[in-house]
Amino acid sequence: MIYNIPYIAVAALILLGLYALIFKRNLIKMVIGITLIESGVNLFLITLGYRKDSIAPIYTSSPGGTMAFPVPQALTLTSIVIGVAVLALMLSLVVHIYRHYATLDVSKIRRLKE
Amino acid sequence: MLNRNIAAVIVFTVVAVFFVFSALLMHPFGIPEESDMDDYIIDNTQEETGANNGVTSVVFDYRGFDTLGEATVLFTAVAGVIMIFRRLKNE
Amino acid sequence: MSEMSKIVRTISNIAFPFSMIYGLYVIAHGHLTPGGGFQGGAIVASACAMILVAFGSKWTITKIKEKRLSVFESLGAIGFIVLALLGLIFGVAFFSNFLAGSKYLFGTIPPMGSGLANIDTGGVLPLMNFAVGLKVIAGLFVIVLVMAYATTSFKEAKK
Repeated sequence: MIYNIPYIAVAALILLGLYALIFKRNLIKMVIGITLIESGVNLFLITLGYRKDSIAPIYTSSPGGTMAFPVPQALTLTSIVIGVAVLALMLSLVVHIYRHYATLDVSKIRRLKE
Repeated sequence: MLNRNIAAVIVFTVVAVFFVFSALLMHPFGIPEESDMDDYIIDNTQEETGANNGVTSVVFDYRGFDTLGEATVLFTAVAGVIMIFRRLKNE
Repeated sequence: MSEMSKIVRTISNIAFPFSMIYGLYVIAHGHLTPGGGFQGGAIVASACAMILVAFGSKWTITKIKEKRLSVFESLGAIGFIVLALLGLIFGVAFFSNFLAGSKYLFGTIPPMGSGLANIDTGGVLPLMNFAVGLKVIAGLFVIVLVMAYATTSFKEAKK
């Protein structure tokens, strides 16, 4: 039975992203961890809007039946686009840091006064 | 160095226990609590907006302000990326 | 970065028009089938990024400059806001759907329940889909282009 498996999958995604963000020293791996957390949150938003044995909320040639909720799917669209924008800015900042310091190790990028 | 490592492990364990505990205690998958707003949108979306797609009518008509904010965020991200990689004339 | 082999260039030349037509179909039928402005814009932007990867940035930097491409993004944003302000002038409030139910461009109301697809419905929604689709195409392609051009000049500066 599908006993609560989508919620456990959400918790696993967020915990994997948090592990990559806390315990790794490379900048690119930390950026990947942030993206994993954001994917887990999107999955959680879609999981909240499901009814048992329901179809997509579209009326064009649809078989009958109850329909799922359309509002969480609209909020997830916005969240995905914002995630793409934040990822683009993070990666261009990483390229800029590498051009200045010639290393990607977080514990060596501490010289604030040059 | 060792203090920071032990503190990180303790914080991560506490957060992990909290997440797994609340994932098992959520309401059962497929039986939502209240559905008044979404039932109104599903019943009235064909005569008020005239579109057959429920998700598009929510994104552009019932909640158009969120789409305006998202277009602003996308525009700001593109402007920021262009500004970071700009080369000045005397460099 | 330099270009890829002849097989990759030929196949991406063939696959590019099909991807663009599929992406424009998803944008244009956003009020009838699953899809819309954001989804179709991502499809066309990834087709354009395939052309950039196959032909290399040394060839593309002589053909496409990013200053002219960012005008399209501003056009999309201005079109979206003008459609919202027209809802204020002709209708009840900001963002109101003033074309649904009227006898102008996209005005018919579909019959209740499930039925066939009629592109004449939707009100102001198809126009907003086009504006947002243009904005997303130009925005995502400019991000990929600027990052590719920056690493090109980085290698030349190291020599």
